[in-house]
Amino acid sequence: MSEPQGRRTGPDRDATGTGAPHGAPQGPRTARDEILGRIERALGRRRPPVDRAYAAIERPYRRRHHESGIVDLFAERLAHYRAVVHRVEPADLPGAVARVLTRGRYAVPAGLPAHWLAEVDPALLVHEPPTTELDALDGVVTGCAAAIAETGTIVLDHGPGQGRRALSLVPDHHLIVVTADQIAPDVPEALERLSPARPLTFVSGPSATSDIELNRVEGVHGPRTLDVIVTR
Amino acid sequence: MRIALFVTCLNDTMFPGTGQAVVRLLRRLGHEVEFPSAQTCCGQMHFNTGYRKQVLPLVRNFAETFAPYEAVVTPSASCAAMIRDWHPRLDDAARDTAAKVHELTEFLVDVLGVTDVGAYYPHRVTYHPTCHSLRMLGLGDRPLRLLREVRGLELVELPDAAECCGFGGTFALKNPAVSAAMGADKAARVRRTGADALCAADNSCLMHIGGVLTRTAGPAVRTVHLAEILASTEEDPS
Amino acid sequence: MTMPTYLGMPAFPRAARAAVADERLRDNLARATGTIRDRRRAAVAELDDWAALREAGRRIKDHTLRYLDHYLRLLEEKVTAAGGTVHWARDAAEANRIVADLIRATGRTEVVKVKSMATQEIGLNEALEKEGITAYETDLAELIVQLGDDRPSHILVPAIHRNRSEIRDIFRRRMPDAPPDLSDEPAELAEAARRHLRAKFLSAQVAVSGVNFAVAETGTLVVLESEGNGRMCLTLPKTLISVMGIEKVVPTWRDLEVFLQLLPRSSTAERMNPYTSAWTGVTPGDGPQEFHLVLLDNGRTSVLADEVGRQALRCIRCSACLNVCPVYARAGGHAYGSPYPGPIGAILSPQIRGIGSPVDASLPYASSLCGACLEACPVAIDIPEVLVHLRAKVVEEGPRHPLAGTAMAAAGWTLRSPRRLALAQRLASASRRLIGRRGRIRRLPGPLRAWTDSRDAPAPPPESFRAWWKRTDGGRA
Repeated sequence: MSEPQGRRTGPDRDATGTGAPHGAPQGPRTARDEILGRIERALGRRRPPVDRAYAAIERPYRRRHHESGIVDLFAERLAHYRAVVHRVEPADLPGAVARVLTRGRYAVPAGLPAHWLAEVDPALLVHEPPTTELDALDGVVTGCAAAIAETGTIVLDHGPGQGRRALSLVPDHHLIVVTADQIAPDVPEALERLSPARPLTFVSGPSATSDIELNRVEGVHGPRTLDVIVTR
Repeated sequence: MRIALFVTCLNDTMFPGTGQAVVRLLRRLGHEVEFPSAQTCCGQMHFNTGYRKQVLPLVRNFAETFAPYEAVVTPSASCAAMIRDWHPRLDDAARDTAAKVHELTEFLVDVLGVTDVGAYYPHRVTYHPTCHSLRMLGLGDRPLRLLREVRGLELVELPDAAECCGFGGTFALKNPAVSAAMGADKAARVRRTGADALCAADNSCLMHIGGVLTRTAGPAVRTVHLAEILASTEEDPS
Repeated sequence: MTMPTYLGMPAFPRAARAAVADERLRDNLARATGTIRDRRRAAVAELDDWAALREAGRRIKDHTLRYLDHYLRLLEEKVTAAGGTVHWARDAAEANRIVADLIRATGRTEVVKVKSMATQEIGLNEALEKEGITAYETDLAELIVQLGDDRPSHILVPAIHRNRSEIRDIFRRRMPDAPPDLSDEPAELAEAARRHLRAKFLSAQVAVSGVNFAVAETGTLVVLESEGNGRMCLTLPKTLISVMGIEKVVPTWRDLEVFLQLLPRSSTAERMNPYTSAWTGVTPGDGPQEFHLVLLDNGRTSVLADEVGRQALRCIRCSACLNVCPVYARAGGHAYGSPYPGPIGAILSPQIRGIGSPVDASLPYASSLCGACLEACPVAIDIPEVLVHLRAKVVEEGPRHPLAGTAMAAAGWTLRSPRRLALAQRLASASRRLIGRRGRIRRLPGPLRAWTDSRDAPAPPPESFRAWWKRTDGGRA
């Protein structure tokens, strides 16, 4: 089989690969050139500058739908998804973590604040386990990067204290600690707090499906139990 | 105010009683309507079926025929929507005339400012908001406000009222199985209201639902255009 | 352009007739769409700025399409800079070839897949099978479809045509590790799927996904899902291959603030779907270390060239239009002969594939033009407008229907002249006693029989309105 014309070969490909389409090269046109050429023909060449056109898009929607009671709203919306929400004073955080992590073995990412685990039996904790061992564990405890009150969403950016993506995916029980200051009122402000350069996981409740008769059922491939400790 | 009646080709041919009701009703409210006899059709059937070449002469004829009038009243939400939404886009010269077209309940409520038209209709009635009246024209609750003022009329709510009855113009012929299934579901819901009359702002949809109602078993429900209910009085019942 | 697995489908009316006669199917569809309809309405009503969000979504998408070449170049640049590899595919065959070659280069013969409309469209699974590569669908509904040797019938819930007991039967029959006493409780069915796929996820080396959004300014890919199978596929394998239609690009990260509000509420009627994954190229030590993005045209550029039809490319695949469509609820998804069923399919498939086949020429007519789809669409695609636009194309360029054409021409000729209309009305009135009984007609001739097969027609009145007006001077005489 011949190499398809459309193939690009990655970051180290030939120098003509990016930027404006170059003049028709020798030989058959690549898929890239052909598709971009079709688009240009479909749209015509006379267009205002893209930046100006983009800036002209009006956004009359709200930045947030609630002004106050953000932490309460977050707890309520998250509980709606059948996550188990624990509201605690910051001082009681270690106690709350210990009350959730009672039996079994739990993965702990590097960089998780040590005092969160101060009251947990150390024998229950497995620090940065390899991926092959994750399925044998009972749960995982992590922090998060941000949260969204309006939608009851927690966002992990898999930085320190959260671990790589597999860590919070394979074990069946996920405990997330969210501090009040991490909770954005709504989607726009949450996205501003996040860096898309990092891998991001938005979690809104335990894993679920609507695939059977369009009714939501909790518990498929992701963690089936989601505990969330929210500090005031 | 010079008011013209656009009766629509379907009402003209099949449901003259509806046009007569509009004439009677407006006359009772103190307004004479004229019937410009050069009128034919708004072109909706051809337009919606894809026969564009047939449409333009109909659009032009409509614009020319109704240009001299200050207001055009029509007892069809569907045709009113076709004229207002599409005529100006098909022929710029049709713009001014199209803007003067009012569906009957719009004309009564917005132009004449009446909701109590002095009607009497001693029946249990349910109302089907036709798709074009609801989603294209945005009639809102105008028909219901008019119906609520009719003496003797008991208005009962139609469940899932906003769902299409399955008429859809040539859809009824091109996809008869689906159209009939939708019609059967609509008719069944109409029957369950216990109403003895079903009304709407479009005779096309009523023709379809009525055809299912008389074909299928169950208590008789008559279909009647809204205009005929509003025209009905104790002395002159329709 | 092609959707390889859907060749030779019958025209919509014929397929729909069979579906309408299937009472269980109608029941399943009515129940599922009825449930989601009410919930969607509530989820949307909760945001008092929904109309503004919808308008912003429409504008962002229109802007992106207007500068699609620019944003695709930018996306390519950013994905490449982040360690990914970008491929371009003109059509289904080219895309399938690229994906198959990439998989073969890993030395593997099995891949896990997360639900993707683009790969359904190009028939990737079947193409891979011919190359000796097995693709495992991991989305619950896709799994049901795959195990049942079935076709998807809904964008979001491909097995919507199956109820819980049918799903249990499929699992019992076709899932080797399904418990023999499996019940039809949804939770138990989900549990069975979890156990069935667990080992696959943990050992998978290559995954294939679709893409919901691709952010040009950052090179970030976004996938929304519910079950966690997406996270599994996007995280655990060494190699990830994502296939996206070129219209899935959005300009900036900020634009997601609109779509992450519009999509879940329109789709599953949730404030937010359980899981959304976003990744940019390759992250050392976390997730797949080799990432390929395949940009798929497959007819999209010809849709773009149509100024009325191009709004179909705004679609974010939420399936709200399916769920509110009275035609879809009765005809089911299979009748549309495409992985894109329902109202959006009726405008997308004939544009992507052209109107040459019976099914594609019939799809623009698979609607009563009731407008419920437009009302529900979170990016305000005027589906009725595009349907009518495509009908005009079918009349001008599509397969000939001499009978219908002649009838419409005759009607047009009659309606062009009030005199001819009046004559036709007199003929109709004269015939009323011949064909009607008590004002009703039970059987009409010719093409009009399609009407009287299932409903009565009114008999023509003794005189038309215009005849009455003339005779009585508008009722004054």
